[in-house]
Amino acid sequence: MLQDKDRIFTNIYGRHDWGLEGALKRGQWDGTKDILAKGRDFIVKEIQASGLRGRGGAGFPTGLKWSFMPKQSDGRPHYLVVNADESEPGTCKDRDILRHDPHTLIEGCLLAGFAMGAHAAYIYVRGEFVRERERLQAAVDQAYDAGLLGPNACGSGWDMDVFVHHGAGAYICGEETALLESLEGKKGQPRMKPPFPANVGLYGCPTTVNNVESIAVTPTIMRRGAAWFSSFGRDNNKGTKLFMISGHVNTPCVVEEELGIPFRDLIEKHAGGVRGGWDNLLAVIPGGASCPIVRADQIMDAQMDFDGMRAIGSSFGTGGVIVMDKSTDVIAAIARISYFFRHESCGQCTPCREGTGWMWRVMERMRQGNALREEIDMLFQVSKQIEGHTICALGDAAAWPVQALIRNFRPVIEARIDDYVSQHGMAAE
Amino acid sequence: MSVRRLHPEQPESFAFTEENAAYVQKVIARYPEGRQASAVIPALMVAQSQEGWISLPAIEVVAKLLDMPDIRVLEVATFYTQFQLSPVGRKAHIQVCGTTPCRLRGADDIIAICKNRLAAHPFELSTDGEFSWEEVECAGACVNAPMVTVGKDTYEDLTVETFNALIDGLVAGNPPTPGPQTERFFSAPQSGGAALTESALYDGSVIGKYRAFDREELTPPPAPAAAAPASPAVVPAPAADAKPAAEKPIPKVVEAQGQADSDKVPDQHKPALIEAARDGKPDDLKLIVGVGSKLEELLHKLGVYHFDQIAGWNEMNLKWVDQHLGSFRGRALRDKWIEQSGKLASGWRPPIHGGGQGGGNPV
Repeated sequence: MLQDKDRIFTNIYGRHDWGLEGALKRGQWDGTKDILAKGRDFIVKEIQASGLRGRGGAGFPTGLKWSFMPKQSDGRPHYLVVNADESEPGTCKDRDILRHDPHTLIEGCLLAGFAMGAHAAYIYVRGEFVRERERLQAAVDQAYDAGLLGPNACGSGWDMDVFVHHGAGAYICGEETALLESLEGKKGQPRMKPPFPANVGLYGCPTTVNNVESIAVTPTIMRRGAAWFSSFGRDNNKGTKLFMISGHVNTPCVVEEELGIPFRDLIEKHAGGVRGGWDNLLAVIPGGASCPIVRADQIMDAQMDFDGMRAIGSSFGTGGVIVMDKSTDVIAAIARISYFFRHESCGQCTPCREGTGWMWRVMERMRQGNALREEIDMLFQVSKQIEGHTICALGDAAAWPVQALIRNFRPVIEARIDDYVSQHGMAAE
Repeated sequence: MSVRRLHPEQPESFAFTEENAAYVQKVIARYPEGRQASAVIPALMVAQSQEGWISLPAIEVVAKLLDMPDIRVLEVATFYTQFQLSPVGRKAHIQVCGTTPCRLRGADDIIAICKNRLAAHPFELSTDGEFSWEEVECAGACVNAPMVTVGKDTYEDLTVETFNALIDGLVAGNPPTPGPQTERFFSAPQSGGAALTESALYDGSVIGKYRAFDREELTPPPAPAAAAPASPAVVPAPAADAKPAAEKPIPKVVEAQGQADSDKVPDQHKPALIEAARDGKPDDLKLIVGVGSKLEELLHKLGVYHFDQIAGWNEMNLKWVDQHLGSFRGRALRDKWIEQSGKLASGWRPPIHGGGQGGGNPV
């Protein structure tokens, strides 16, 4: 188990003062000026060396992303945009950072902003997080009052502004270009890439969009060094990570752990075990609703990191683990996720707009068993027509849970259909 | 996608209250000039908090205020599902999270109660017009499922009993405290959990403990940029076993501390410290060059409030204090506090108060 001294988010449960005084006492804002004095390249290299991969789900190396920003400004300002539009079912870590450890994020904004030549950062908080937004704003105000932000932030000679912005209930705004559109005051519909935000982002200027956790861990990495951070986890999967354990466990919680912790350990040590014991485990969605669902036997001894989840045909996503015991109707669980994606599709690309609705309607019939066995294959094929044929990854995200259900729980779907037939006669076609 | 339309019955007009109009102006100031359209979501949100829902006149007022075509604001209002396009319950509009993690822990029961006690269908007003409800897509509190949002607040870890109690409380105008409706502390495990029990994290002892960036040979060779997403290379691990590599950086830190400990100044050199400023009037220690507000605060905590205190120290006293400055360690010696304080204690002040530049130093 990760030791307390190696945890980055030391107030994730909100047991202590969230404010500046408490944050200082927990070692935040310690030596920030000296870190900035080491220069922009030093910070980018250090973050690259730490092996930090983006914590928002896609796992793109954070330092590498920063290095894409132009070294010299061509006259356009640079922007850092922090993605706090956390909306995927199963994911609820950024909420705790925003409300309980906001100064980790604010200090991170200064360091990351400086490292990419940005004088302004916008934090895009999802609209539903009202209290969290108020808390974050209060913390930002504290930082300004203490001279940690604003002109000559921390006495470093660098001017840094941090602004709190918010959305209004659209999951798609968690996609980086949709977020930028939304921040510009438009509907959150993703943009075509290229051009990538590092060249043409917010207001047409070079922009980097990072997840809250990715930014919030950077001050600690800079203080304790890349070697410290990369001493956790295996190659390609370095560092500590916030896990969110929901569903059928005895004590659901958010907890920071070492990447690569075995699934069994994670659940036993922090979530009090599976409800009804390990024999009662049916299925797990390991990283938030878009990640493929896996069977108990697949995940029981798997390592919880990017490669570990890929090895079992799923995806690590954000580390939002949804546990399902044997009382769960897995078809209904995935049908509800299909409804979610149908609801959240922005409507821009036809395969997604029409396909998510179609998949949900078929899933609803499958849930009842009111379907033909051949339709299982048809559903799989149609999902393949959605995946990869849209501007953003929402189409893929909608297709994966359905595909994984068919891959891993096909006998359950077939049995449901057989039951329905035996009760009602052949399904209406 | 969700298809949403404006309500068939619209009010005559809409106007922001003075307070809300000022808020919108404050929000507009966050964006670069000419980018006031960025404020459209916050502006609509505050309009909704004022009226309970978004009407066409409100859309037009916001469009005018932000110099946007009406249709662009209408697009935004209909796209984002947090905007209510019809009137909702006067007392409360209850938003039940109905996605899978909440369903697994009993959101169905919560929705059934809404149907029974409030209105048969979502977005329908209760018979007295006081309440309405809807099923929302993930409100981001999955480890505290099931949960509902009422206005700004969330009520989490609900059961049939506690949700009924919440409705009773809302009816009576006396809702329970927001947050988990069990003995639980926010997102911590109900049991309290195994994490974050170490008191040393919170007593200030971590300040200045980790200064890795001061070490010379800190950075391992950076990742070859061409290697792209696959391998953000890291410390070269000598063996397949991760653990020896893991412990590699630690000895360095220990070594550094060990060294520090060997020339630790014993407590017998601790200077005379006081509990509070004499007559409650501390000297402005920031006049010492190199001392800022943070360091001043630290000195106050140590029990140093006056120039004459510092001026009276000997070299060992100064060293002792220096060792208790956490991340500012080294400053007291470097900046010759005793000499500076001697001059300041004699009544000398820099020509430009607080300047400390251009010949006005007490050094």
